[in-house]
Amino acid sequence: MSEIILSANHLTKTYTQRSGRFGFGRKLVKALDDVSINIKTGSTLAIVGESGSGKSTLARCLLQLLPLDAGTVQFQGQDLAALSGDALRAIRRNLQMVFQDPFASLNPRMKVGEIVGEGLLIHHLGNAQERTRKVLQMLERVGLSAADINKYPHEFSGGQRQRVGIARALVLEPKLVICDEPVSALDVSIQAQILLLLKELQQEMGLSYLFISHDLRIVRHVADEIAVMHDGKIVEQGEVESIYSSPQQAYTQNLLNSIPGRHRRTASLI
Amino acid sequence: MSDLLRVENLSVAPIANPQRLLVNKVSFTLHSGKTTCIVGESGSGKSLTALTVMGLLAPSLARTSGSVNFQGKELTGLSNEQMSDVRGKRIGMIFQEPMTSLNPVLTVGYQIGESLAYHLGLGGKALKARIEALLLQVGIPPERANAYPDELSGGQRQRVMIAMSIACEPAMLIADEPTTALDVTVQAQILALLAELKSRMNMGMLFITHDFGVVADIADDVVVMFRGEIVETGTVQQVLENPQHPYTKALLACVPDAEGKKPLQSIDYAWLGEPA
Repeated sequence: MSEIILSANHLTKTYTQRSGRFGFGRKLVKALDDVSINIKTGSTLAIVGESGSGKSTLARCLLQLLPLDAGTVQFQGQDLAALSGDALRAIRRNLQMVFQDPFASLNPRMKVGEIVGEGLLIHHLGNAQERTRKVLQMLERVGLSAADINKYPHEFSGGQRQRVGIARALVLEPKLVICDEPVSALDVSIQAQILLLLKELQQEMGLSYLFISHDLRIVRHVADEIAVMHDGKIVEQGEVESIYSSPQQAYTQNLLNSIPGRHRRTASLI
Repeated sequence: MSDLLRVENLSVAPIANPQRLLVNKVSFTLHSGKTTCIVGESGSGKSLTALTVMGLLAPSLARTSGSVNFQGKELTGLSNEQMSDVRGKRIGMIFQEPMTSLNPVLTVGYQIGESLAYHLGLGGKALKARIEALLLQVGIPPERANAYPDELSGGQRQRVMIAMSIACEPAMLIADEPTTALDVTVQAQILALLAELKSRMNMGMLFITHDFGVVADIADDVVVMFRGEIVETGTVQQVLENPQHPYTKALLACVPDAEGKKPLQSIDYAWLGEPA
């Protein structure tokens, strides 16, 4: 169980940012500053931090969607940073991503069946019939129906769109799924549905998750381990229980204190 | 304690289909210096209720019944010009998206000053001084008046929105999911700022949210909406500690428990009945 599926070591990524009124100035921003993480097979590592802490940059660098300045990413024994072209594309089947904004991350001109089936097509998995069968199975598994295969994204609510996004990622039967704020654009009531679905799928398919969020209230229910990011650095890392019961850093404490309703909750919410 | 806002029997429907009530006979009151939270999911009619109070319904929708009484005066039936005197001056409003509700080509100082010039006729040094005082009140350094929205963070933009909405010292503030697009830490700061301004200016606040965690932080009274209807009203204590309606209980139960004592729960809509 404690096998490491992905290990990132000493990742560094610097952006050049335009500054000053007309953008004539240049400023270096360290989005990742010597970041190292390990994700255990079948478990969930949550990356927690505010906007600008570098957590989404980390996700993109792990998938090699952004080039790293320095550092290595070992996935199942292979260094992703050293791969390119076909080899990288082939391994990406096992590394999928669920995005934050279910409104922006689905192509509005493609039918849901095409969106979910595109990965199968790209990776040449099965013939047309098998692909359709897989897509239908996956849609039903995430709580949509077979009839939805011919609908367009705009015909769905936010929660349903996120189900499409999850189906799209999981139809390839990946090993590791990076969920970048998968529920922060959704109503609290819909958040719970999506989080429960992600947990069920993790059990069924033996998935490992990297779960990115700014909300410690949610993270408690999905994560096994937590890494807290601030200004491109990991300031605290550990098991869920220890982070919540005895946070070591003031920054983590501040995040915990920001949970809405926290002060009242202990007394009132069952 | 006098009623600042009394909404009675308010219904809204599409003009093309007046039978389909999107807001169904909604009644509630709001007192000066108090916060009433309207809680519900997407599509429950909570934003529509607020827009109807402001007289900002989309042209395809219409109020089919009910009254909106603000400071003893009926707002329904007022002309657009008459409503313009109320909006921005006596009722301030903050929207969800701080990224899209500001004009990107005007400085934030100019945008805060617009309503001051329009409603109060301020100009010159008096206007500048008032803009700077407002920025200070919402926790932004006054010299940032010359900044453009893209130079500010999401939380700062929402602070600018708040400065704009309170510029004319309104008696009532309508806040429609003002923190939903923000990080939890920034959300906590903005909620604290709103609560402080509300008590300092003795404003009534109508606060719209889908998150019972936020309700617990900020509400005095709570109105729970489901499919266009109010299913429960009460003080924040009553609703949080002793919810009566099954929907309120379900909505409360799906707020993730940060203590980790209670497992995640989602709402079973089948049990609540099919939509009419």
